Amino acid sequence: MFDLHRFLALLTARNREFLRDRTSLLWNVIMPVIIVFGFAYAFNKEEVQLFKVGVPSAYAMQIDSPMRPFFDTRHIQFIVEEDMFHARERVERHQLDLLLDPEGNRYWVNDKSPRGYVIEKLLLGVDGDAGRRTLSGERIRYVDWLIPGVLSMNVMFSSLFGVGYAIVRYRRNGVLKRLKATPLTPVEFLSAQVISRLWLIVLTTIAVYLGTDLFVGFSMFGSYALLLLTLVLGALSMISLALIVAARLANQEAANGLLNLVSWPMMLLSGVWFSLEGSPEWVQMLAQTLPLTHLIEAARKIMLDGAGLMAIGHHLLILLLMSAICLGLGARLFRWE
Amino acid sequence: MPPLLEIRQLTKHYPQVEAVRGIDFAIEPGACFGLLGPNGAGKTTTVEILEGVADASSGDILWYGKARDEGFRQRAGIMFQSTALQDLITVEETLELFGSFYRHTRPMAELIELCDLGGFLDRETKKISGGQRQRLLLAVALVNDPEILFLDEPTTGLDPQARRNFWKLVHKIKREGKTLILTTHYMEEAWELCDEIAIMDHGLIIAQGSPRGLLRKHFDNAVITLPMVDKKGVMEDPQGEEIVGVFRDKRELEIVTTDIERTLGRLVSSHFPLEGIEVRSPNLEDLFLELTGHKLRP
Repeated sequence: MFDLHRFLALLTARNREFLRDRTSLLWNVIMPVIIVFGFAYAFNKEEVQLFKVGVPSAYAMQIDSPMRPFFDTRHIQFIVEEDMFHARERVERHQLDLLLDPEGNRYWVNDKSPRGYVIEKLLLGVDGDAGRRTLSGERIRYVDWLIPGVLSMNVMFSSLFGVGYAIVRYRRNGVLKRLKATPLTPVEFLSAQVISRLWLIVLTTIAVYLGTDLFVGFSMFGSYALLLLTLVLGALSMISLALIVAARLANQEAANGLLNLVSWPMMLLSGVWFSLEGSPEWVQMLAQTLPLTHLIEAARKIMLDGAGLMAIGHHLLILLLMSAICLGLGARLFRWE
Repeated sequence: MPPLLEIRQLTKHYPQVEAVRGIDFAIEPGACFGLLGPNGAGKTTTVEILEGVADASSGDILWYGKARDEGFRQRAGIMFQSTALQDLITVEETLELFGSFYRHTRPMAELIELCDLGGFLDRETKKISGGQRQRLLLAVALVNDPEILFLDEPTTGLDPQARRNFWKLVHKIKREGKTLILTTHYMEEAWELCDEIAIMDHGLIIAQGSPRGLLRKHFDNAVITLPMVDKKGVMEDPQGEEIVGVFRDKRELEIVTTDIERTLGRLVSSHFPLEGIEVRSPNLEDLFLELTGHKLRP
């Protein structure tokens, strides 16, 4: 039997505890902001590099032949693009400075890219009659790529430690024992812990998102509603994971160790800091078993590629499945003492 | 009519120890039943099993003659030996939280008045004094207006004045007709509050009855206490047919005797230093010593 009245009273109490614990609240909000700022400035310097021009694969052979004088220009790296649609997106993201289509005698350039402007002048110098097509889009910097990762990492720590550590502390200092002596059921207790942490995570993450966006400014091409759904499912899956860790432990040091054991592989393997593309297959397989990987991949696809539900649905489904399994297991294994 | 709570052949085994080794008792409605014994005697284990917080290894616990059900939790009030409350929640919020767990609750204003919480309702629970904390924990135990109230060493660690105040409070609750189960290792507390006591040692009940009845049954004698001036142990223990027992520790020498005058005569003639001598009637502490050969508190 689930008593809503009891659940709500516990939820309120837990929320109050969280909001009154100024130190950890501040830490929850400030840490990700510091990380994002640090990286925004650390990677702010433009690297001196070649101009990048995309060319359809049909013209790959011509790049090295002097049929078109533009191909002779020095300090330009010509990149063969298989998919012109994708290539145009790369122009939007400033990953290509210009996209040339010799067949239609036209080119695409990003009107927000200074590098695009320079190379357009070069092109028109040798090839005056090419038709101009403009694209526009903000450049994707490392910090844009990093933000979904850092926010997700913060969600992970807040979920694992906020729920796992708190329950173990309750068990150690006897709060759970006192609750056991009341008519309260484990399911009522656990749901209150999960829901309380879940909405507080959503709240703080939104605050951090808005804060960093205000000062650093980053790319968001997708739907906010979908991003919110992803956040909720990601947080839920990791809170549920914490329930398993906290199901029986009464020792805070052991809980701390176990939570670190769970969180560090995710820190390293879920692609928070660097992409796992090109790493050994077993590493990528392992990464797919971690909820943080799915949260980050889904969030990046939404924010950087503007992906819709169809494109990231499988990540959400996996997160949902992981949540269901961990919640069930966590509730089953739970002991008050 | 069956007793309110009845315990039959209760045992509790832990891997290393047998904490409770087969005890029986019954508690009548409106009584204050005391479990008295030293630390490690099995009092807390017993009371936690009765509260439904721990499971027994074997034995029966009957609530109105039947096994306990969900209704028992609704009608039991519990105060643990040491209870942590959520730190950042105020006294008033703690009462509201616990109140929400029960179907039937006692009006908040009444609880605040009864347990004298009015002065610190808005304070966070980690910022109140030991005496205030015990009163809050008692109020939490009373929040569902319980029929039976468990108090596990409620005044351990309190200063004498706070302890007296707490006793007054327990008397008020007794007058409301509630049934109480109290564990303590303070014999004054058992004497002051309990209608019936069971003395526990090493997991067994070694004596049971009303405090006065137990003393009458086990003692028709008096206790002579001498400060321990004979630290080296050169003096031999006084002996004689009227001397029931002699107990020594670092601080004092205790002689239990059926004839005060004869024993005093012996002490004088064997040149025992009598400075600081005390003669008194036995109390529960002496009873414990008598029954077990060791003291209630080290």
